[in-house]
Amino acid sequence: MRSPRVTLFVMPPDEPTGTSRRELLKLIGLTAGSAAMYQAMTSLGYAAESGYKGPIKLEGDPKGASVLILGAGLAGMVAALELRQAGYKVKVLEFNNRAGGRNWSLRGGDSYTELGGATQKCEFDAGLYLNPGPWRIPYHHNGLLDYCKRLGVKLEPFQQLNHNAYLHSAKAFGGRPQRIREIKTDFQGQVSELLAKATQKGKLDELVSREDREVLLQALRWWGVLDKDYAYKAGPLTAEFRGYARDPGGGLGAEPVPGEVMGLSDILQSRLWRGLGSFAAYEFQTTMFQPVGGMGRIGEAFAREVGDLITYNAKVTKIAQGERSVTVTYEDTAHPGAIHEASADWCVCTIPLSILSQVEIQVGDPMLAAIAAVPYASSVKIGLQFKRRFWEEDEQIFGGISYTDLPIRQISYPSTDYNTTGKGILLGCYTWNGANSFELTAMTPQQRLSCALDAGAQIHPQYRREFETGISVAWHRSPFTLGCAGDWTDEARKQHYDNLCQIDGRIVLAGEHASYIPAWQEGAILSSLDAIGRLHKRVLQG
Amino acid sequence: MRAMRLPILLPALLVLASLTVAGAVYADPILSPGYRFSEQTGEALYTNVCQACHMANGKGAIGAGRYPSLAKNPKLETDAEAVYLILHGQGAMPAVGRLMTDEQVAAVVTYIRTHFGNDYREPVTAEQVKKAR
Repeated sequence: MRSPRVTLFVMPPDEPTGTSRRELLKLIGLTAGSAAMYQAMTSLGYAAESGYKGPIKLEGDPKGASVLILGAGLAGMVAALELRQAGYKVKVLEFNNRAGGRNWSLRGGDSYTELGGATQKCEFDAGLYLNPGPWRIPYHHNGLLDYCKRLGVKLEPFQQLNHNAYLHSAKAFGGRPQRIREIKTDFQGQVSELLAKATQKGKLDELVSREDREVLLQALRWWGVLDKDYAYKAGPLTAEFRGYARDPGGGLGAEPVPGEVMGLSDILQSRLWRGLGSFAAYEFQTTMFQPVGGMGRIGEAFAREVGDLITYNAKVTKIAQGERSVTVTYEDTAHPGAIHEASADWCVCTIPLSILSQVEIQVGDPMLAAIAAVPYASSVKIGLQFKRRFWEEDEQIFGGISYTDLPIRQISYPSTDYNTTGKGILLGCYTWNGANSFELTAMTPQQRLSCALDAGAQIHPQYRREFETGISVAWHRSPFTLGCAGDWTDEARKQHYDNLCQIDGRIVLAGEHASYIPAWQEGAILSSLDAIGRLHKRVLQG
Repeated sequence: MRAMRLPILLPALLVLASLTVAGAVYADPILSPGYRFSEQTGEALYTNVCQACHMANGKGAIGAGRYPSLAKNPKLETDAEAVYLILHGQGAMPAVGRLMTDEQVAAVVTYIRTHFGNDYREPVTAEQVKKAR
């Protein structure tokens, strides 16, 4: 789901400024939580990538052992698929009346009732959707990609970086959105000119050897698109990178016109350079993917494999274990008051900790403490359907994301159906923690839509004429998760993470919350594979 | 409720446009200009933060898990627990107090303890909150 990484790069208004790399990491940890910290570490080369080692091999006969899986999200369905294949008797209990969990797409005809009782009916046109949860897949999330391949889920490129999308601040450039290519080229150029001047004046002599100085100047000229005097100036050369005031054409009067370049101070003070980080981070580097037709296609594909094992509308109220078995009590929410029990030799529990911490569960104190130690991040997503694809037709934005310091934080343009005359859905708001995320959650769905339109219209005035219908998902109002994703702090992880992941008697936990890639589907999958691998060993030991 | 169509939306847009400037006291939605909460009164903080989960009537909600009701809640007799939960979080509850000043936390706890059928009139002070951080 979000990617918490977003916090880092959405231009939070009070973002602290650090100097050293270590200090930066510390500050990110303080303000954005450990998820952002970890992703920052990942992007700076301190942490490892997804540890997927290829399809899991659960060799050896489990001799008819049974496993009860709680939750039919990706973690639960990976466990169900692999354990059944390994010879286990498998049953799955799921709270929702559908499989997939946070892997989910809202389409026309769907309806969604949030906590508090507000029901939204999705009125999107056929083929259009909002992914309220996860919406993009990094190329190095090998586990998820492998399951997509095995289950026949067709992928298409997800545009993360579009140079023609915008960076926007209500407080900079008179509130006018700036093209990413212009900010990026001008920032790089102005900084290069500055560094070249410092080098030429001998200010870097103590830091850079004589031989390197010459090469540094060449590199700055090349990287910053400087002229022969090491100046960054408007002209045909820089226009090749930042774009033109008037593009080159054909025939008479077709001569290109370069635009003006922005001054260093204007760029620095605008803070728009912060938006550039979102494209540099490892988790957002090209190529990213999305399933054709919506992220929910993955959950649907899993459900085709293991749907026959799932009991829906099952609200787990108690998880007990003895020497020989696990017994789970659940209520059939389709028939309130109808209490059932299910038993098995083992239990893989993927229930989010926000909910599990309220369920009576018979495990040791260390695991109990771990279950209670992880608050859940706040996140709000809003999908908006427009009559026409004005971002493409009027502004030549084909996919990608505009970042803003307005409460909506970003606008993402669809990475599919490019250059067609039909309608389209914008992701018109995506918050991750911070005051605005809670404030938007506290609103009614109508108020959220109004805010998304009000803010979005500051970037795209076409909003007001072209808007048709919208829907919002505020994750703390989600009945099946009570929050978006596990929001670990470094301290909590140090103290509780191993206790959370250990097998306790006959119970093992899995899910994104039991991973170092929180809020990503890959975290759920890797956690599940690790859990069932260890469980299988335990079973074979007898 | 149906997702909104444009004709209903336009008046709402006009109303909300005046609310995006934060800091003033409204029962209506506020969007803080920074990463931290800008609401100052207990009522504004409750309405824009706590209400996300505990709902407008303070009664919480029930799904796969539940958000506890704050209405007529005897646990609120001692203020320390509420202050602690807001500052440090617990279970599903995020530590929203980290995005508030001591004064804001004191104001919102005082508000909750005197509304929703609770009648614990001794106000919570910023000093108490500071010690509990």
